[in-house]
Amino acid sequence: MADRFPSPFDIETPAGAEGWQDMYVYSSLFSEARREFEDSIFWFQDGVHWPKVLTPWDATFYEFAIASLSQYNTRHLQVPPANGIAFRILNGYGYLTPVPADPATIEARVENFMDRAGFYFMNWNDLYDKWMVKIRDLVKELESVNFEPLPEIEDADGVVKSGAGLGSGYQIQENYRTLLDLALKLWNYHFEFLNLGYAAYLDFFGFCKQAFPGIPDLAIAKMVAGVEVDLFRPDEELKRLARVALESGVAEAFAVGDVEQTCEILKGSDAGRAWIASFQESAEPWFNFSTGSGFYHSDKIWIENVEIPFDFINDYIVKLQSGEDLARPMEAIRAERDRVVNEYAELLATDEDREAFQGKLGLARVVFPYVENHNFYVEHWSHSVIWRKMRQLGEVFVKEGFWSEPNDIFYLKRTEVEDALWDYYVSWATPEPPAGPGRWPGIIDKRKGICKALATWKPVPALGAPPEVITEPFTVMLWGITSDSVSAWLGGGDAKEGELRGMAASPGLVEGLARVIFSPDQIGEIQQGEILVAPLTAPSWAPIFGKIQATVTDTGGMMSHAAIVCREYGLPAVTGTGFATTNIKTGQRIRVDGNNGVVTVLD
Amino acid sequence: MTSVTMWFEGYWPGLKGEVGGKAASLGEMTGAGLPVPPGFAVTTAGYRAAHDAADLDATLARLLHELDISDTAQVSRVCSEIRDVIRTMPLPGEVEKQIRHDYSELCRKCDVEDLPVAVRSSATSEDSPDASFAGEHDTYLWIRGGDAVVDAVRRCWASLFTDRATCYRVEMGYEHRSVEMAVVIQKMVRPIAAGVAFTLNPANGDRSQVAIDAAWGFGEAVVSGEVTPDNFLVDKVLLEVSKREISNKAHEYRLTDHDSVEKAEVEPERAQVPCLTDPQLKAIAALAKTAEKHYGCPQDIEWAVDADLADGDNIILLQARPETVWSKKPRQSVTGSADKNPMASIVSTLMNPLYARRD
Repeated sequence: MADRFPSPFDIETPAGAEGWQDMYVYSSLFSEARREFEDSIFWFQDGVHWPKVLTPWDATFYEFAIASLSQYNTRHLQVPPANGIAFRILNGYGYLTPVPADPATIEARVENFMDRAGFYFMNWNDLYDKWMVKIRDLVKELESVNFEPLPEIEDADGVVKSGAGLGSGYQIQENYRTLLDLALKLWNYHFEFLNLGYAAYLDFFGFCKQAFPGIPDLAIAKMVAGVEVDLFRPDEELKRLARVALESGVAEAFAVGDVEQTCEILKGSDAGRAWIASFQESAEPWFNFSTGSGFYHSDKIWIENVEIPFDFINDYIVKLQSGEDLARPMEAIRAERDRVVNEYAELLATDEDREAFQGKLGLARVVFPYVENHNFYVEHWSHSVIWRKMRQLGEVFVKEGFWSEPNDIFYLKRTEVEDALWDYYVSWATPEPPAGPGRWPGIIDKRKGICKALATWKPVPALGAPPEVITEPFTVMLWGITSDSVSAWLGGGDAKEGELRGMAASPGLVEGLARVIFSPDQIGEIQQGEILVAPLTAPSWAPIFGKIQATVTDTGGMMSHAAIVCREYGLPAVTGTGFATTNIKTGQRIRVDGNNGVVTVLD
Repeated sequence: MTSVTMWFEGYWPGLKGEVGGKAASLGEMTGAGLPVPPGFAVTTAGYRAAHDAADLDATLARLLHELDISDTAQVSRVCSEIRDVIRTMPLPGEVEKQIRHDYSELCRKCDVEDLPVAVRSSATSEDSPDASFAGEHDTYLWIRGGDAVVDAVRRCWASLFTDRATCYRVEMGYEHRSVEMAVVIQKMVRPIAAGVAFTLNPANGDRSQVAIDAAWGFGEAVVSGEVTPDNFLVDKVLLEVSKREISNKAHEYRLTDHDSVEKAEVEPERAQVPCLTDPQLKAIAALAKTAEKHYGCPQDIEWAVDADLADGDNIILLQARPETVWSKKPRQSVTGSADKNPMASIVSTLMNPLYARRD
């Protein structure tokens, strides 16, 4: 078995992807300038959030997210042992490495952390209430950002006589900068609480493991998990709409299987129109829901692709008609959670232990709603709005002949979009022909070719020399990177013939036929009773969880969004296997052991 | 009058005097969700009815009149005669009918014709040693068919008049005609697999786990250590299997056609596969957990999966006793000084991440 992964400097560029480096900002690349540092440490590919090639503009969220995380660990809270996470892009894929704090600084950091983090824990609920206000205000601001083609002449009253001294040409540039500022602000907000939430969770986790060395990770997750979680709301809204359709007698409209026809039928009756109004109520905000991680412009968003929620609603209508009860048994879920907590508490050795257990559980439960809910507000809702606004801007450029379709804008770096806007502004002001239409189509075409070539490259799971043990708490919790998974990767994933190991993310043991899916667009291929095998799953796949028997993913930890949803839906899941989509083929018979984190190919 | 028989499920503490200690214990366990092999008891009312119908009082008065307990030859002759009388006495119609009826019902429940049962005495008085003397020779195994069952019941009754018990009563001045006996009739277990379970992890004392050792056939193979059993750990709260080690179980003890147990080789393909399914593992863990709760301390139990009972009802508790190794050690608190201050505790967690992800 190898003792290290390839050096980032030895990774070759796939044929046809030459020049890929030009798609990203120089600071996100491995470079000779910091080779010594970059070659001395361990990097892992973040397939949990960025499993696919990043187009140039999509790298924005990657960079904003990780930088914000780092800033909170290092500069705001001073998490004692952990600095931030360094990030790079290699062959279009994101690689991360946790940076430890200098041991000499730890004492001073502890003091700061106790003060700063302590304040957050003490005032968690107030601060979280404020967060909710901040994030909703931010979405409102995002919604108010608009990109319209520049006018032939400025409006007399609205612009000229207003005395503002500014016009549309200035405004469109400011709007883009505002959009970027809001995106960065969004990611600052995202990490205001997240790592603190994990820290409190880990404290309870560590206590449980000490009291009960054999306690399953998911038992701990189960004790902390909330019963009503915003991340499940979109799915609940689908069920509600299915019920409304049946109750108001418009369910038949969904059987035609075509959104436009369904809408036509619905518009033809009072009940149908009422249903549409009801749908629109659910859609804002709950269908600002991505079919992927939310980090790619290509991920489909329910509200922009209503055929997706319509199909799910139809599935639910069929289930309701066959007598299935889709309601989540809230009382039973609560009672089960109480039972689990009480039984473990009873098994503890002393009253002192029970007191500590309840105290830690209490704090973990205070912080956990943020951990569970933020994903909807940030990656789904806010991102959906940003993708929409960017497409709106892309459309403006299409009208001016800069490129041919709105999504082409994502093949520009975020700074290049400013350049293009400047070009557009100047040529509008002068007027004169813009230079962009002669420049961008060629670049965009070339970059599409590069992205295609990069997509054929299977990213190596890690780079460089792994540490002896992986202990960095957030790396383990969020990314599922453990000493075990690293040694499995080093062994190439074939430690035992036909066997894959990963996280025991949700319990249960089943056998069935595999369905390997690489993108959300393939969701429709899944047949009743199959086992879903995917690079990762998104919370928005929940409606198909009624169809499948189990889930296996390449990436993800105990707290990855996929793991949370699998547990919620009671499906066995093994996450973070590294190679499931490579080693398993659709139609093969496999066994998924969600209790032990083992997947076996039986054919 | 109390009924002639009582199913274990029908037991309540008021019946203890009529069904004896053994049946009471089996009834109590059944009621507590501890599934002992199914069966019923013939109550003392059954014995009393038979006693009266056969006019045993007269026989006893005649034979025991002027018994000299120092004359062992005489004691032996007299007692043997009494036992013969009891073993051959006709039973009142309703008593025999009820025993045969309940036995057929047991056969029907287990879906086995002429179900093999164990027939045992069940002492009615804890204080008086009568019945415990009687207990010396009154267990009959592998009894099949209504005739044999009725016969074994009478033989149990007859054991009230062993030499020792009889002499004891004479010595103490107790009335022979007032002694009574209940009898237990219980399915013989026919294990597909059997083994032991601890309500803690014997390796580290973790109370949140149930450790199960299991092999094919009768539990002797596991208990004696002749076979390396499959080893499982089940989480006590979630009842999920958290660890499984499957061994090559080369031998098993199994039944022959003539109701005896033999050691045999296990076919290679069966030797290598787990001898328990996940639902069975969960049921065994749940059973161990119930036993622990019922007896109020960690338990070491013997169990079997019975071949004749339906899935869901086929996990049988054979024996429960207190666990002795970890239970004797004082339990250590895991709460450290840092745990009392939430922030100090979180810092300590971040600085010393202790979680190994797997055992």
